[in-house]
Amino acid sequence: MFKFILRRLVLLIPTIFGIITLVFLMIALSPGDPARVMLGERANKEQLEKLRNELGLDEPLYRQYGLYLERIVKLDLGNSIKSGQPVLQEIKERFPATIELSFFSIILASSFGIFIGVLSATKKNTWIDYTSMMGALIGVSMPVFWLALVLIMIFSVGLDMFPTGGRIDIRMFFQPTTNFYLIDTLGYFFKKGDISYFLSVLHHLVLPAIALATIPLAIIARTTRSSMLEVLKQDYIKTARAAGIDEKKIVYNYALKNALLPVVTVIGIQFGLLLSGAILTETIFAWPGIGKWIYGAIEARDYPSVQGGIIFISVAFVLINLAVDILYSYINPKIRLK
Amino acid sequence: MKRLATILLNILIVSSFAMANGQQQKSTSTGKSGGVLVFARSGDSVGLDPARETDGESFYATGNIFDTLVEFKPGTTEVQPALAKSWDISDDGLTFTFHLVEGAMFHDGTPVNAKAVKFSFDRQFVKSNPYYKLGPWKYWGYMDMDSIVSEVIAKDDTTVIFKLKKVEAPFLANLAMDFAAIVSPTALEKYGTDFASNPVGSGPFKFVSWQKDDNIILERNESYWRRPAYLDRLVLKVIPDATARYLALQKGEVDVVDFPSVEDLADIESNPDIKLISQAGMNVGYLALNNEKKPFDNVKVRQAINFAINKKEIIAGVYGEAGTAAKNPLPPNMWSYNDDITPYEYSPEKAKKLLAEAGYPDGFSTTLWAMPVARPYNPNGRKVAEIMQAQLAKVGIQVEIVSYEWGTYLDKTDQGEHDMALMGWTGDNGDPDNFLWVLLSAPAAVKPAGNIAFWKNDEFTSVIKQAKETFDIEKRTELYKEAQVIFHNQAPWVPLAHSVVYAPVKKSVMDYVLYPTGSRKFYNVYFQ
Repeated sequence: MFKFILRRLVLLIPTIFGIITLVFLMIALSPGDPARVMLGERANKEQLEKLRNELGLDEPLYRQYGLYLERIVKLDLGNSIKSGQPVLQEIKERFPATIELSFFSIILASSFGIFIGVLSATKKNTWIDYTSMMGALIGVSMPVFWLALVLIMIFSVGLDMFPTGGRIDIRMFFQPTTNFYLIDTLGYFFKKGDISYFLSVLHHLVLPAIALATIPLAIIARTTRSSMLEVLKQDYIKTARAAGIDEKKIVYNYALKNALLPVVTVIGIQFGLLLSGAILTETIFAWPGIGKWIYGAIEARDYPSVQGGIIFISVAFVLINLAVDILYSYINPKIRLK
Repeated sequence: MKRLATILLNILIVSSFAMANGQQQKSTSTGKSGGVLVFARSGDSVGLDPARETDGESFYATGNIFDTLVEFKPGTTEVQPALAKSWDISDDGLTFTFHLVEGAMFHDGTPVNAKAVKFSFDRQFVKSNPYYKLGPWKYWGYMDMDSIVSEVIAKDDTTVIFKLKKVEAPFLANLAMDFAAIVSPTALEKYGTDFASNPVGSGPFKFVSWQKDDNIILERNESYWRRPAYLDRLVLKVIPDATARYLALQKGEVDVVDFPSVEDLADIESNPDIKLISQAGMNVGYLALNNEKKPFDNVKVRQAINFAINKKEIIAGVYGEAGTAAKNPLPPNMWSYNDDITPYEYSPEKAKKLLAEAGYPDGFSTTLWAMPVARPYNPNGRKVAEIMQAQLAKVGIQVEIVSYEWGTYLDKTDQGEHDMALMGWTGDNGDPDNFLWVLLSAPAAVKPAGNIAFWKNDEFTSVIKQAKETFDIEKRTELYKEAQVIFHNQAPWVPLAHSVVYAPVKKSVMDYVLYPTGSRKFYNVYFQ
C-alpha cells in the first residue's frame, strides 16, 4: 500500500510540471499584447512600456519561462494586476466558498444519484427505470446557467421559498472568520445561541447546490445503474437468490457494495470538476467563490490571476484524483497489484 | 480683473445656492432618515484607495466614503463647491487658491485641513513623499497632471494653493474626479499598503467591512460636515448576472440595480413596483475616417459617408433601447453641447452626388475596421460594421471588414494603419476638452495617436486651445459650440451613438440620480 502511494506521488511531479508548462504556453502564445489589453484605449507609450517591464513581457520567452518556474517553486503565483494582492491570497480568500458549495452539491448528487441508480437497476425496463434515465439524460444536457435562472424564477421569485443568491441574508451583517460560513455561523450559534444565521446559510445553499448537482447527479445515477446491472448478473448474486436470501438484503448488502467501486471514481472526478465548473453557477447565484473570481480575472485580462487560478484548480483536481485512487485501492486491493 | 470678478460672483451665487439648499434639506430630513439600502452591481471593487484605482466599481464605494475639494452637481457635469467652499484663480490662471470648509473631520477623527489636502495630492506626484511608492497613480497619469501641477502649498489650516505649470481650464473639473479625493493622512500612516482595504475619508458614509466578491458595507457618518446622509447603512452587493440582479430586485432583496440587461427592460417597465431611471451616458461611439489616407483627405468624401450611413438602422439593430443617435462628438448631457447642429440625414442620393463631385462617381474600395470587443459606446463592433458595409455598398463604396484582437487593434489604429475604424470614448471629468482635445486636436494626431482620424484642422485646434486657456465658462461654451460646427462641416468622423444607462429601482427609493460621470452616490437617497 505504501509503495503504491509513493509511486503515485512520484508520478504526480511530471503531471503538475506538465500543467504548469501548458498554462504558461497557453497564455504566452495567445495573440495580442497583455499590457495593451489591460491598459485599454487610454494608455500611452510610457505606461505600456512600464507595465511590459513589470510583467517581464519584454524578456525573451525562455527567460520568462525560467522566471515563471522559479517563482512557482517558491509557491509565488505573482500578484493580481487588478488588485495588486498576491494571487495565492486571493485564491485562499475565495476557496472556502467554493469548497462549501461543491461539498454540499456532491453530497446531494451522490446520495440522490446512487439512490436513483439502484432503483433504476432493480426495476430495469419498467416505467421507473425509463423515467429516471430520461431524467438523467435531461439532467446532463441542461445548460447550467439556464437551469439556475429557471430555479430562481420558480423557487425564489415565484414561490418565494428560497433567496435568489448570496451566502447569507445580506441584512444580517455577519463577519466570517474562517470563510466557511456553515462553520462560522455554527460557532456563532454556540456562542450566542442564535441559530438564525446558520439556517440562513443553509437556506442560501439549497438552490445553487441543486443547480450545481444536476449534472453530476445524472452521471452518478447512470454509472450506478450500469454497474449495478453488471453486478446483479454475477454468480454470487444468483447463488444468494437461490439460497432464498431477502432481495433487499441482496441488493443493498451484497450487490451495492461491489457496484459502488466505479461510482467512487466517478464521484471523485465529478467533485474535482465541480471545483472548477462552478463558474456559471457561482456567477448567477452571486456566490463569491473561485469560479466567479476566475471569470472576473479573465474578463479583466488579469493574466497572473488567470494563470494562478488555472494552476491551482488543476493541481487540486490532480490531488483529488490521487485521493480517490488511494481510496479505491483501499476498497479494492486488486488494483494495487496491477 | 473683470474676469476675476465674474468668476468670484459666479462662485458666490453657486455656493450660496448650495448652502440654501443644504439648509432646506436639513429642516425636512427627519422623516426621511433610516433604512438599509442594498445596491446590486455587476462586479466587485478592486481597491478602495480612490487615487490608485481606475475602475468604476471601486469609485462606487470610494465616492461615498471620500469627499473632494469640488464635486459634480448631482446628475450633471457642473462643478460645485464641496470641501472647498470657494476658490480664487489668479489673473494669469496659474494659481488656484482653495478655501476649505471649517470643522470637517475624517472618519477617524482627524481634522480635514490644508495639510491633509496637500498630503492627498503630494503622494501622487512628489517623489520624495514617503507614500509615493504606494502607487501607481494611474489617473494622475491619465489626466496628465504631471504637466499641469507644479506644487501644492498648505498656506494655513483652511487655505490650499495649487501652483500650475500651464493654464488649464479643465483643471477644476479634474479636482472633482475620484482620484482627487482627500484621504486621512493618519489612516494612511496607520494602514500603509492596507489603506486600500481600510479606507478613511470625510464623506457621508463610513467604511464598515468588505467581503471580497460579495459585499461592501458602509454606514452613515453621523458627524458629517454637511447634514448627515438619510440611510443608516449602504450595502454594495455583487451579483454578476444581469437577470439575476433583476430577479433579486423583483423579490425585494435589493433596492437599486446597476446595468440591467436590455432584454429585461420591457419587463422592468411593466412592473408596478419598480421605476426605471435612465440617462444618456457620457460617451460617444464613432467611425473615424483616416484623413491621412485617400480618399478621406477629401471633405466631400467624408460628408458623403456621413450621408450614406443610416444611424437609425444601426441603433435599432445593435444598441436597442440602450442607445441614442449621435450628431456631435460630445454627449448631449455635457455642457456646451451644440444642439443647433442639424445632423446629416440619411440620403444615399446626396452621398452619391458628393462622391461624384469628389471624383468618385462609381465609388471606391476601402477597409472598415471593426473593434472585436463590446464596449459601453459600442456593444458589437462587428455587427455595426456589417450594417455599415451594406449601407455603404448602396452608394458604391465597397468595404472589406478588418478585425484584430483588441490589443493589436488599439496599437494599429493608434499608428494609423486603418482606412476607417470604429472606436469610442467615455468621458472622465465632465469637461468638453476631455473629448475634443484628446480625440480631435492636431497634437493628439501624433502617433501613437488619440486622434485616430488624423484630422489636423488648425482652425478647430486653435478654437479648442483658446477654450482650454480661459476660465470664463460662457466664453468656453461659445468656443466649444463653434468647434462643433467646424467638426460638423469637416466631418472627420461619423458620430454614431451615445449609450443610455438604465437603473431600475424600487418605487420606495427616492432621489436616486444617475451621474454622467458614472458615479453612484447615495448621500441624498432616502426611503419613502
